Amino acid sequence: MSLRIVVTVKYVPDATGDRHFADDLTVDRDDVDGLLSELDEYAVEQALQISENSDDDVEVTVLTVGPEDAKDALRKALSMGADKAIHVEDDDLHGTDAIGTSLVLAKAIEKAGFDLVVSGMASTDGTMGVVPALLAERLGVPQVTLLSEVSVEDGTVKGRRDGDTASEQLEASLPAVVSVTDQSGEARYPSFKGIMAAKKKPVESWDLSDLEIDADEVGLAGSWTKVEAAAQRPARTAGTIVKDEGEGGKQLAEFLASQKFI
Amino acid sequence: MAEVLVYVDHVDGAVRKPTLELLTLARRIGEPVAVALGAGAAGTAAALAEHGAVKVLTHEASEYADYLVVPKVDALQAAVAAVSPAAVLVPSSAEGKEIAARLALRLGSGVITDAVDLEAGDEGPVATQSVFAASFTTKSRVSQGTPVITVKPNSAAVEAAPAAGAVEALEVSFSEQATGTKVTSRTPRESTGRPELTEAAIVVSGGRGVNGAENFSIIEALADSLGAAVGASRAAVDAGWYPHTNQVGQTGKSVSPQLYIANGISGAIQHRAGMQTSKTIVAVNKDAEAPIFDLVDYGVVGDLFDVVPALTEEIKTRKG
Repeated sequence: MSLRIVVTVKYVPDATGDRHFADDLTVDRDDVDGLLSELDEYAVEQALQISENSDDDVEVTVLTVGPEDAKDALRKALSMGADKAIHVEDDDLHGTDAIGTSLVLAKAIEKAGFDLVVSGMASTDGTMGVVPALLAERLGVPQVTLLSEVSVEDGTVKGRRDGDTASEQLEASLPAVVSVTDQSGEARYPSFKGIMAAKKKPVESWDLSDLEIDADEVGLAGSWTKVEAAAQRPARTAGTIVKDEGEGGKQLAEFLASQKFI
Repeated sequence: MAEVLVYVDHVDGAVRKPTLELLTLARRIGEPVAVALGAGAAGTAAALAEHGAVKVLTHEASEYADYLVVPKVDALQAAVAAVSPAAVLVPSSAEGKEIAARLALRLGSGVITDAVDLEAGDEGPVATQSVFAASFTTKSRVSQGTPVITVKPNSAAVEAAPAAGAVEALEVSFSEQATGTKVTSRTPRESTGRPELTEAAIVVSGGRGVNGAENFSIIEALADSLGAAVGASRAAVDAGWYPHTNQVGQTGKSVSPQLYIANGISGAIQHRAGMQTSKTIVAVNKDAEAPIFDLVDYGVVGDLFDVVPALTEEIKTRKG
């Protein structure tokens, strides 16, 4: 038996950098360093653990859609231990929204071949958290998402989903789409050996024509949503800061009372 | 007037507050038609009518509880076909966003998630979103199909607006995908008796400075004196001092209460992403240089083990 795992990852602007919008109201990627989205490291980790715990012949492929620099995210995942990588890059992708991104990812996943797709819970820039559900819808396979625990055995994926009102145990047959949360287990650091090995691992590059996607289905023009305005939130006006000299609690209570919270 | 579908989040017929907030927003765009699914669906009608639902479409079936997400997408799709609404509004929970996204894809419509405000516009509803750890505000609209928009809790006030709320049975035939992911067991969360974190008007949070699970009792005592929910920073959760379900921040809950009280929290970008849109922010921290003080309306530089219990006592005294 073999098990083909595709891990979707995103190259995102560093959240600790000064993120802002470009003139066309897309995320400006030029002025902020990028990196593998932290939340996708958990997806890579769980895919590797599934691989390590399996008696099957498992192949872990990492897939990203993004500009040239996005190769850095693939390289990181390869150095953690993934077997190979696919980079979908095309100038016409600039400004693609979540629905469009899910189209490109789904076509690429189908072309690569898969038994299991593993995604992170959300990206750290867009933070919508909808791509895994969209992939399941497009691929016509079960959605087993937001798992804090995941295991694969005998063609079945099981996991625990911790919701607001209940914790649920889920089960589905492969092929399936899984997403994992930041509670699923710390991601490993790439070892020196891993980093060296990653340099020799194959990275395939595909463009839209490889995936038989028309340019007008993606990009800003193909987007089904439109950002009309973006404005920096005004800085909060400086508040009152007091030093506790024994009366700090009372002073704070006085403030809360003045604001009618007490 | 155009109809607007509102997906009802309820527990055995008890409508959760974010749904009532959606009705307030829906009334700005058109006539709210609610869709309530699963056990107890019919029991939601009275509360929905009181807050403006002209109609309540209901469907009860075991599939909604036994399988993940897809049966609800099937039902909403049926409701859209029946009503041809001007927009579909869904509460912005993790599940709500997944339902909305799949529905939008089926309808060939754009989807907007995590709106914090919604207004009628010439070309359809305009959604306000708060992005990049709330450092930017964007205004967006759906440019193709029936707009599907998820809205965060606390984005609008709950308003009484009595309407007919006529209950109608919704016809739903489940898709082949509906039974793909089975829910094999469900363990309800133990109730703490405190308000739900994302819905609470006041949130009291503790961070690294709380320095131990046992010390969270002083955070809880302050919360209880104010009728508040309890939150925790990622540092406190990662240290195992408080459950992940209470985490406020980028990888936890994003809250927008009337009052947020941060105790022993430095205010890293991770945390700010989840609380920066709070109306009034208060912090207690030993470190006068902590970035949280850049956000506050009122801050106390001091030891939280002195300040917080004193504050709790003072609140109790004032409330009598």
